[in-house]
Amino acid sequence: MLIASALSALLALALLGVLAGGEMWRHRVVYFCCGLASLVLLAGGLKHLGTTPGTGPEVVLPIGLPWMQAHFRLDNLSALFMVVVNLSTAAASFYGIGYCSHLPEPRRVTPFFPLFLFGMNAVLIADDAFMFLVSWEFMSLASWLLVLADHKKPENRSAAMIYLMMATFGTFCLLTCFGLLAGAEGGYSFPAMRKATLDSTAGFLVVALALLGAGSKAGLVPLHAWLPLAHPAAPSHVSALMSGVMTKVALYGLIRILFDLHGQVPWGWGPAIMVIGGVTAVLGVLYAVLQDDLKTLLAYSTVENIGVVMIGLGLAIAFKGSGENMLAALALVAGLYHIVNHSIFKTLLFLSAGAVITATGHRDLGRLGGLLKRMPWTGAATLVGAAAIAALPPLNGFVSEWLIFQSLFKGPSLPHWAMKFGVPVVGAMLALAAALAAACFVRAFGIAFLGRPRSREAAEAHQLPYSMRLPMAALAALCIVLGAMPVTVTDALSGVVFPLTGVHFAVSSDLGWPWLSPVSSTRGSYSGTVLVMVGLGLFAVTILLVHGFGTTRVRRADAWDCGHPEDIPESQYTGQSFAQPLRRVFCSSLFGARETVRMPEPGDMAPASLKVRLIDPIWVYLYLGIGRVVDFIADRVNRMQFLTVRRYLLMMFATLVFMLLVVAVRQQK
Amino acid sequence: MAISQISYELAHLIGATVLMAGFQLLYQRRLFAVLNTFAFQAVALAAAAAWQAHIQDAPHLYVTAVIALVFKAMIVPFALHWLVEKLGIQRSVETAMSIGWTMMAGVGLVALSILLVLPVTANAAALTRESLALAMSVVLLGLLMMITRRNAVSQVVGFMALENGLILAAVSAKGMPLVVEISIAFSVLVAMTLFGIFFFRIRERFDTLDLHDLETWRGDRQ
Amino acid sequence: MNSLLSQIAQIFLVVALAPLITGWVRLVKSRLNGRIGASPLQPYRDIYRLLQKEAVVAHSASWVFRAAPYVTFAAVWLAAAIIPTFTTDIVLAPAADLIALVALLAVARFWTALAGMDVGTSFGGLGASREMMIASLAEPAMLMVSFSLSLISGTTSPAHIIGFILGGGIGIEVSMGLALAALVMVAIAENGRIPIDNPATHLELTMVHEAMVLEYSGRHLALMEGAGMVRLTLFMALIGGIFAPWGIATPGAGTAGLALGLGGFLAKCFVLATALAVFETMIAKMRVFRYADFLGGALLLGLLATIFLYVSEAV
Repeated sequence: MLIASALSALLALALLGVLAGGEMWRHRVVYFCCGLASLVLLAGGLKHLGTTPGTGPEVVLPIGLPWMQAHFRLDNLSALFMVVVNLSTAAASFYGIGYCSHLPEPRRVTPFFPLFLFGMNAVLIADDAFMFLVSWEFMSLASWLLVLADHKKPENRSAAMIYLMMATFGTFCLLTCFGLLAGAEGGYSFPAMRKATLDSTAGFLVVALALLGAGSKAGLVPLHAWLPLAHPAAPSHVSALMSGVMTKVALYGLIRILFDLHGQVPWGWGPAIMVIGGVTAVLGVLYAVLQDDLKTLLAYSTVENIGVVMIGLGLAIAFKGSGENMLAALALVAGLYHIVNHSIFKTLLFLSAGAVITATGHRDLGRLGGLLKRMPWTGAATLVGAAAIAALPPLNGFVSEWLIFQSLFKGPSLPHWAMKFGVPVVGAMLALAAALAAACFVRAFGIAFLGRPRSREAAEAHQLPYSMRLPMAALAALCIVLGAMPVTVTDALSGVVFPLTGVHFAVSSDLGWPWLSPVSSTRGSYSGTVLVMVGLGLFAVTILLVHGFGTTRVRRADAWDCGHPEDIPESQYTGQSFAQPLRRVFCSSLFGARETVRMPEPGDMAPASLKVRLIDPIWVYLYLGIGRVVDFIADRVNRMQFLTVRRYLLMMFATLVFMLLVVAVRQQK
Repeated sequence: MAISQISYELAHLIGATVLMAGFQLLYQRRLFAVLNTFAFQAVALAAAAAWQAHIQDAPHLYVTAVIALVFKAMIVPFALHWLVEKLGIQRSVETAMSIGWTMMAGVGLVALSILLVLPVTANAAALTRESLALAMSVVLLGLLMMITRRNAVSQVVGFMALENGLILAAVSAKGMPLVVEISIAFSVLVAMTLFGIFFFRIRERFDTLDLHDLETWRGDRQ
Repeated sequence: MNSLLSQIAQIFLVVALAPLITGWVRLVKSRLNGRIGASPLQPYRDIYRLLQKEAVVAHSASWVFRAAPYVTFAAVWLAAAIIPTFTTDIVLAPAADLIALVALLAVARFWTALAGMDVGTSFGGLGASREMMIASLAEPAMLMVSFSLSLISGTTSPAHIIGFILGGGIGIEVSMGLALAALVMVAIAENGRIPIDNPATHLELTMVHEAMVLEYSGRHLALMEGAGMVRLTLFMALIGGIFAPWGIATPGAGTAGLALGLGGFLAKCFVLATALAVFETMIAKMRVFRYADFLGGALLLGLLATIFLYVSEAV
């Protein structure tokens, strides 16, 4: 009931957003109320997450098509994603209170923001295919309108266009997928779909279509092309939601179909999904490490993290398909944990990018620098987020990667050769992605927040209002808490995976509370809690020892200039120069990275230049290829506009005869 | 059983050293380093043969070991060394594929040979399977080296490495007659001599040993 | 109770021993170079002297620069506290496994790299960027080594791996050989030794680790150098513990067992330190862009170690 009223409140807020007009305080009220509604939904999700697993209460509303009613249900999986979604939306909404006045056209954002929140929440509680798809489209279109908020820039318009195409494609795939799931009887409610039996062809198609449909929304390679264009184009608090949360809603759809509606996905999909995940993770982070635009970098990093989650989901499918339900539960818990974590730190980092853009007006790393001193709060929160996304202990990102590694290491115990040989390769990819993510965020944080300012605006950056800083601080605190108390999280998740795998997963089986030890205590264990305590202890001892034995005197001086007294900030390493070794090592053959250096002749005062050219192989070979084929066909079809009447008649006649033939052949069978 | 277990494990470890030397061959960028690595691989091969002679109690394998040590670890590398200096061949290895990719392809080939060996020898003991997988990987790595190197000298080394793999397989399987080994060894020597003459001829004619350059002289390209 | 005492002893042992090992490596290297060399106790004196000096901090440095030495040192110290040195019976053994160990070292690297970038000179950035490139290959290689060790022994916890090997769980495995080779290559890279990096260099363009800590002085420098020494000890304990576990005391060992473990650990450290010094003397430093081949090789060796287990039916 509470949830229903919060959702209707969101719809009402959208209306208010339209009426807000030019008065800034009205926008602020809308955002504040959005935040309250999100908190209510968050509480509802948390409350349900604590209850025993089972099918939740069903609500039937007499809306939609006349012969179909709208079914809603909140079960544990929905409740978990409701928590994930509304944690971030609450932070983004409160952030919006301060941020909306910095937007060029707040009127283009405020009405659609509550709609976007409504769409995402409605997807989660939909209990029939019709409502699911309607809400899904709601979410897509609302976010599309938000991408178009700054529609004066041509690149935003083209990003929105590509996004719209991909969203349509995704919905089409999901529509077909649900059609197959409904089976011959056409039961569009989820309970009916669970009962329907699928033959092997239909089962195969369902998985493939779900991967295409939900995967295109989540940003799986090679369907990721729209994501780094569209996510950064939206205002930052919306980017945070698109990257941090909307991709999770897509993963919710995938999990719902693969683990719940589709009874038994064969194990062979497991290695396939893992390889897709591994490639997505490595390519995503390689793109990310080369980006100069802060928000594009974060968007590519989302692609990477989706790949990491997919590795966990693929493992869970392989284990479940082979009857290893306990290990399937472990892999699924790992994947879900990473979903929770990524939604938190990605939202945090996008909000921080928004803060940087607000304070300096720049999103190019080459114009930032030294912001930690000007914006200590934002800087500290970003540092926590960067360390968490780089999977450093004791923060939350590490725990989920640790769990994924633990379940990966059990992969070769399956009797399939594809797993035995595939798992080490995927493991290497995951490890590579994790290490590159650390490099990527050392670069992003180091260039933007450390060093000396690279532009006047960065040197004069100003502190932001509390409404923008507090949500970031809250999210940073969550990164620490979820990392330091992993067992609490896995216990909550075990109730979610029970209906999906059929086993109760107790991750802290035999060592007791603070020890995270999947499978068994001798298998390998981790304790964020103990690490934090001992780490802090050793930190304190270090300080005591150093200050006890030595002096605490500090002298401020100029930095060592190596004999070049001309002290200009341009002499610092830039984002491009930081990325150069990685670019040479990983990208020269993968992306065809080429550098051209133009050195003026001695005596010529023209500046030297270094140009880097990258080719995105997926864009060039896949999308442009498809584009060319479409162009070619369109060209051919175009000629049909200039036929004579007789030929048109001929075509209609031929079509008619063909259809009749088809009917005749079908009847013969 | 315990003692023979350990002796088999040692045999595999030596076999793995031969394989590692095969990877080293792919990794080296200097011609002389390639030759040294090849000599090292031959020494490891000789050790493998001698160890097999010891555990199988087959004295003829000692002959194999000596042949490997003398011909492949000494004469062939020295001869190639001399040739390289004599002909003034460029000392760096020209690769047709970057070293990283070559090594990844190498790991792929090892995985492939393991996959191939496993079902074929499903009934054999794990001990034979391991040696067979090792030997086959060495053969495939030799082939890979021949494909991905442009310089004729490194191609010859690739060929010899391939042949090392064959001998490794032969010594690990029981009952391979000595005659076969000797004939292989001599065929290699003959091949070596032929290659030597061939190098001189190519060089006189075209002034290079880079096979890429030779391609332009093929009849159908003109 | 015993495990708690052993743990506390180990925590202080690694820190107390680390400068001696570094001093020994330096001494052997100087002897091999034909110099007399400083006493192996010299690093203790160096660190004490650095602690007495005032710390010079650049105007442009932020709090990250001043916090980094403490965080780096504490992270490396924590990692070293978890690897069994003389006994596997330590309280913290279940707190982190090999994966967490890799990540703890990554924490140290993350902060050192940030500190390098904090002052805003080109050398700090250069060092940080190269260090992250090296780590991007060395970390996965070490994780692949953990993977094959976990497949062999069924656990990722170093204490349990050592217990498994001591219990005669495996003989001489090809995979173990490959894993050892990969781990040694990683250790060379992680500790910034030749051929990846030269710990004694003072030419800025060839530096990696030294470039990151170029701005440090006084106690901050002492901590950074100390962290490097503890890291070296950590890797020696890891390599010596897993690939030559003999002598390490297991739960239930008496005082004699602990003493034997301690003696064994010291012996292993000095053998490995001497081997390192000989190796470093024999070999020249690589060009920066050859690192990728070297560490990529380590990664592939780790992968091979895993794959080879299927032939020997260890899985």
